[in-house]
Order: sequence, then structure tokens, then C-alpha cells
Amino acid sequence: MKREAIIENIKVRSGKGLIEFTNKSKNRIYFTINKAILTQTVKYLFNDVKARFSTASGVDIRKAVEILYHFSIDEIGLIVTLRVIMDKPDLEIDSLTPIMKCAEWIEMEMHEMLGVNFKGHPNLKHLLLKDDWPDGNYPLRRD
Amino acid sequence: MARKIIPIGPYHPLQEEPEFFKLHVDGETVVDMDIELGYNHRLIEKIAESKSFDQVTFLVERICGICSTSHPFAYVNAIDDLLGVQVPERALYIRTIIGELERVHSHLLWLGLAGHFLGYNTVWMWAWRYREPVLDIFERIAGNRQNYAMMKPGGVRRDMFEEDFPWIKKTLKDLIPKFDMFKGAVMDDPVIHARTEGVGVLTKEDVHDYCAVGPTARASGVGIDVRKDDPYAAYDKVEWKVITQEGGDVYSKAVVRILELYESLNIIIQCLDKMPKGPIDINIKDMLSGEGIGRHEAPRGEVFHYIMSDGGNSPARHKVRAPSFMNIASNKKAVIGGTISDAAIILAAVDPCYCCTERMAVVDYKTGKKLMDGQDLIRLSQAKTEKLRKR
Repeated sequence: MKREAIIENIKVRSGKGLIEFTNKSKNRIYFTINKAILTQTVKYLFNDVKARFSTASGVDIRKAVEILYHFSIDEIGLIVTLRVIMDKPDLEIDSLTPIMKCAEWIEMEMHEMLGVNFKGHPNLKHLLLKDDWPDGNYPLRRD
Repeated sequence: MARKIIPIGPYHPLQEEPEFFKLHVDGETVVDMDIELGYNHRLIEKIAESKSFDQVTFLVERICGICSTSHPFAYVNAIDDLLGVQVPERALYIRTIIGELERVHSHLLWLGLAGHFLGYNTVWMWAWRYREPVLDIFERIAGNRQNYAMMKPGGVRRDMFEEDFPWIKKTLKDLIPKFDMFKGAVMDDPVIHARTEGVGVLTKEDVHDYCAVGPTARASGVGIDVRKDDPYAAYDKVEWKVITQEGGDVYSKAVVRILELYESLNIIIQCLDKMPKGPIDINIKDMLSGEGIGRHEAPRGEVFHYIMSDGGNSPARHKVRAPSFMNIASNKKAVIGGTISDAAIILAAVDPCYCCTERMAVVDYKTGKKLMDGQDLIRLSQAKTEKLRKR
């Protein structure tokens, strides 16, 4: 699928859920979307476009936590990044693991590093930190 | 019969990436598997926030001991993407040469260890013997056999000298007959076929589900390669092809790696021939705020770096994703249903690290008593090969 068609499809499907679109460069595009439409957008990218989920970056931007989901569309070398912003302290979002197995570990990592709760994750325990790590202590949080 | 658990891992002083696999076995068959990570977690992403952009290159170089240029390569690509700068052409060629030399020595290292697990200790010794000349080339170029410190945002740190090129080319060309030997040893040996064909199969659908990358994906017929799909450095300036195989088993993974050795030599020699003269660095003075994504096709697959900058001296956020983070999870699919004696080579086939497979122990689920250790399991794997040889 062509780059323009993918951009257009995401825009149309997102409707009012699309907050911002950034065309950074030929192979890098960013969509800031409302967390309510995250699951449907990911279903479109992963199941319909057959994009590969590269990883997700969780960032603490002080008043909020944002998660960037990076998808790689290898046929055209494009990286589509979906940015979701969650205001503190309501750090809860739908888990993507039921849609794509490869999201399981990165969601566990963001859960323990940033304290994000992924609704519907089958196995939300520690991945990298030890099991007796103190509750409520998140290494990548800035507050 | 009581179900047994075989813990594999987590530590071995020789290798990077400690992991811990728990194989649930019913008799000989693996019925379930748990994977635990984090034994060597250093929170490099947090440390990066306290280093300057230049220092982070050295920091990420220390993530992996084998492919030490993979992370710096992806990192400088991310910074170049953030700033939108054009790197001098000579630097692009030098970056490509370093990246490909690393692929050659990393694949040879894997080949040797895979041979060891299957009971072919001569292959192990030979592969590591012929890895040495590659490290000698690194020493000539960078002064170091590992941790070459060649990458720098906006260029490379050291130039290469034209008078070294004939020697480098000769050393590389001398390796081709050795690669032919390995190719013959793997592709023509009926015992290796029997041990690896149809073992630990990942289908194309599994690759998509687990988002596997690198040779693990290419062995299942999924021709993804960042060097071709999203070209960077000088990969679009030289002729080469992406190697794929259809089997998805351990055999296909071995064949992909062996054939990639030839492609890497081909790329390096073309780069040496085509490298233009000129500056090697644009000397970036100011950092802008913004975000950048950099990728590099490391020997094990796509390395992914995301950088967020607020215009200060250090990254505001630095996300690192190594290829094994995706590939190791796919073991869950490949190992379950197979036998214990195949587990060692299947886990090794994604080229994660051998710390895991070397430190194994079979423990009785009920009593906690140790029945076998890692050496016993390697012996089991080697004995299976021996039995096939005698047939």
C-alpha cells in the first residue's frame, strides 16, 4: 500500500480522534491520537496493512505520560508512529497484546518503568525488574 | 507421569544477554515454556539521559559485547534523522564497512557455537579461527578488535587509509574458500540435515505475530531487511541482495547466515572500491529539539533507537530496542512440541546468546532435585547427532 493511502486511511478512520499529524520526513510520520481510538487504529495497521510492530517508547513528560507505538511498513520503508498522551494520574490504556502477541513484553516493561496500567493484558508482571521491587516506584518517572 | 521443569539460564560469564528459560517437559517433549529476562538489566535508557549526546554513542556501544557497533549505528542514524543533516559520503561508506565486518564476525561466531551444540567441534574451532582475520581488520581500522568507537553523530570518528585497502581486500578474499567449506559442511551433510531440518519451525504467520526480525524472519521467507527497505549509510549505493529461505527451521536459519557472509564480503569490497575522498564529519555544534528514529540491520535483526531532545545537552528520552527482544519471544512458538535434545539448538538458532543454553539443569518438578545440568544437555544433543552418524 502506498504511503499517501495509508495516511489518508488513518485520517479518515480516526475522525475526531486524530489530534495532530506530523509529516517529519519521507520515511517518518507521526499521528497523535486519542487513546479511545488506539485499538482500532492498531487493528488497521497490524491486521490490514500487515505492518510490523517495532516497539513502543513510553515517555514521562511531567504532567502526562505519552506512549509512542512505532510500526514499520517494510515494503515502503515507512515508520508510522502513533502517539497517545495520558494525563497523570489516570495512566490507563487498552492493552494491545490481545491483537498482537509481540506487544506483550514491551507493555510489561512500560508497566514497571512508568506505572502505566494496560487493561486486558494477560500477564502484567515484572519483566526486567526483580519480583520484589517496591510497589509504586517507577524508574523512568520524573515526578 | 509427573511434569518436569527444565530451567535454562540465566548466567554465563562469556556471553551477553542473560535469559532464563523454563521448559515444562512431559517425558522427552517440551509442552510449555516460560521466559524470564532482566538478570543483567542496567537501565541504560536512564543513564543516557545523564550523558551528553556524544557520550551516549560510547554508552550504547557497551550494550552488546559481540555486535558492538549495532547500537551506535542505530543511534547516530537517529540523531541524523532528528537533525535532518546530510552526512559526508565518505563517512557513509566507512559506516557501511564497519557494519558489514561486524556481521561477518558475528555470523561466524554463531556458526561455530551452533556446530558445538550439534557435536561438530571441528566446525566450532574452524569458524572461530577464520573469525580472527576479521578482527585483525578491525584492529587495523580502529585500533580495537571490539568496541571500535567509529560512529559519531554527523560522521565517523576515524578515517580509513587507502594504503590499507589492498591488504583488507586480500584478507577478505582469502576467506571465500573457507566460507565455501562451511557451506559444503552444512548443506551437504546428511546428519546436519537430519538434526536441523523441520526442527523449530516458524511460519510466515508466526513471524508476523511475534514481529520477528533479521535472519530469524528471513529464514521463514519474510524478506525484511532495514538495509534494503529503509536504506541508510551506503547500502543503496552498492549491489547486493537480501537472502531468504523458505523452511523456517534451524537449517534455513543456518543457510541464511552462511549466504549472508558472502553478501557482506561483496558489500565491503564494493565500498572499498567506490569510497570517495573527502571529509568524514560535519562537526555538529548545536542540538535542536525534536525527535528522531534510527534503525540498523544488526547481525541479529533490526535495532531500533528513538531519541527525544529538548534542545539541551542530553537526550530527554532515549528508547533502545534490540532485535533479540522480539526474536527470543518467538522461541515460545519454535520450542514447544519439540524434544529436549532439540531445545538447545532451537534456542540457539535465533542467535540470542549461549549463556542460556549452556547453563541448563533438569530439575524434578516435585522434589526440586537436580537431575541433569547444562553439560548433560549438550551431551544429549551431541549424542543424538552421533547416533544419526552411525546409522
